[in-house]
Amino acid sequence: MSNTESFEDVVKTRREENFAEFSSETHGLLGRFHHALHTTPALVPLIVLVSAIAVFGIALGSKFFSPFALTLILQQVQIVGVLAAAQSLVILTAGIDLSVGALAVLSSVIMGQMTFRYGIPPFLAVVIGLAFGTAIGAVNGWLVSRVKLPPFIVTLGMWQILLAANYLYSANETIRAQDIEADAPFLQFLGTKVQMAGATFTLGVFLMIVLILGLAYALRSTAWGRHVYAVGDDPEAAQLSGVNVHRTLMSVYMVVGFICALAGWVMIGRFGSVSPSATTGVIGNIQSITAVVIGGISLFGGRGSIAGSFFGALIVGVFELGLRMAGADPQWTYLLIGLLIIAAVTVDQWIRKVTA
Amino acid sequence: MSVEPILKARNLVKRYGRVTALDRCDFELMPGEILAVIGDNGAGKSTLIKALSGAVQPDAGEIWLEGNKASFASPNDARMQGIETVYQTLAMSPALSIADNMFMGRELRKPGFMGKVLRKLDRPEMERIAREKLADLGLMTIQNINQAVETLSGGQRQGVAVARAAAFGSKVIILDEPTAALGVKESRRVLDLIVDVKSRGIPIILISHNMPHVFEIADRIHVHRLGKRLCVIDPKQHSMSDAVALMTGAKEPSPEEMAA
Repeated sequence: MSNTESFEDVVKTRREENFAEFSSETHGLLGRFHHALHTTPALVPLIVLVSAIAVFGIALGSKFFSPFALTLILQQVQIVGVLAAAQSLVILTAGIDLSVGALAVLSSVIMGQMTFRYGIPPFLAVVIGLAFGTAIGAVNGWLVSRVKLPPFIVTLGMWQILLAANYLYSANETIRAQDIEADAPFLQFLGTKVQMAGATFTLGVFLMIVLILGLAYALRSTAWGRHVYAVGDDPEAAQLSGVNVHRTLMSVYMVVGFICALAGWVMIGRFGSVSPSATTGVIGNIQSITAVVIGGISLFGGRGSIAGSFFGALIVGVFELGLRMAGADPQWTYLLIGLLIIAAVTVDQWIRKVTA
Repeated sequence: MSVEPILKARNLVKRYGRVTALDRCDFELMPGEILAVIGDNGAGKSTLIKALSGAVQPDAGEIWLEGNKASFASPNDARMQGIETVYQTLAMSPALSIADNMFMGRELRKPGFMGKVLRKLDRPEMERIAREKLADLGLMTIQNINQAVETLSGGQRQGVAVARAAAFGSKVIILDEPTAALGVKESRRVLDLIVDVKSRGIPIILISHNMPHVFEIADRIHVHRLGKRLCVIDPKQHSMSDAVALMTGAKEPSPEEMAA
């Protein structure tokens, strides 16, 4: 090695430093706060949620701060909450799903029509509805993963297709709540009310909470969950380090389709009737994206937690009910939600700066 | 030759349309050595490496791993057979932790009901192994194995990527430009690390443009030119300018070098 130049000998002698030392330096209060947010992104929406409940609680007193009102919020957000759980999964993979609301409505229509048009037992009708949702999810996933179309475009198209199919198939006929109650009460199963100490829960609310907990577990503690994050973070890196990106994306979109169909079943429980013109079909996607964004999940994928989306959905619910009880113009709700969205994305950008 | 090459290729051909990237290329990696692969841009060395790591399937030619005929359908396939590649991009998920990244694609599950039915990851075990592997390579005095990879420096990330490759009983490690993005000091550490991995008996293929680094740690140097192996030289008997001259075609190799 006589001919090797020795310009690097200078650093060679200085071996006293360790190769990779991890020191958890404290950058003062703000730094520690930043670090906490970086590791626990659901903290911001939780803080906002608790403060919102506190503010409305103080301003409105027991009218708002009662078991009845607080559980009413849960009932009002159950559909958006379930859709937001689905939306979170897609957004974690750096995708977006505009068809969630329309798929929920069409699935509920299918559940209703199966029973009332073809006389299929309600239980089977629900199973068919869930299978339909999963199948549509598979189509979305295949187009995104195999055909490599942008998720925005795929689901924008699917949204229109599902909405149109929904009106064509149902002939825009609503199945009345009384008829369902009389002939197929199982369809309204998730609307079953559970009373305890002034609080009213529905089975749909429980379903939403169990779903969120289940997904949170799957995302945090299973290999599948780690793969979802890795695919959203950097699909090429994930592929090279041994993740089956196609299978991960397909499974995500199929689970999302299934959850949307579940949301359709929750809708029947909530409204009692099956209505093809339910507003969820048109605004469900935006509502769910709003909850996800306020919940601190990054639209660039790979960051955030499903608990955050749940808090995001609850924040919207608290604002809606609180402001309505305060007698404010409903437009104030939208204005505040708009501010929250922008604030949430600003915070997300700040969190992403690791070297603060 | 008494020692059997651990990885051997004969007459590899790869064409992209009318361009022949690999033209009946031969390759040999001996057990326990660091073999550097050098070549000018466009010489086809990255195609060669891709063929060996499974990222590209050659149109013709044969590959032997430990004396057995092998073919790699994908990078994952090559990895399963014991060829680990550390890509220049490192292939890590920045937002995930060191432990998560080290076990990406081969996670450990808890034993019993939790693992089998609920598919729960064995976090403590994965963290323990990750910490052990990193410490093994003298990589760190770790405080937080759950730190996100994006909070590490370039050298630290490279270190984690090398440790990941070395951790899973691999037979061959391919390092693609491991020092290209690093500063002088960090390069130093990574080179030490590479020598350390070699001392564990794992042979290494090192692709690098950095001649001083190549000449410092390589046992043999495979010079790639015009889609094939031009010669294999001994860094102790050649100068860097010889290597550059061979690489660029300014000098022809001597007959005994051709035979090497």
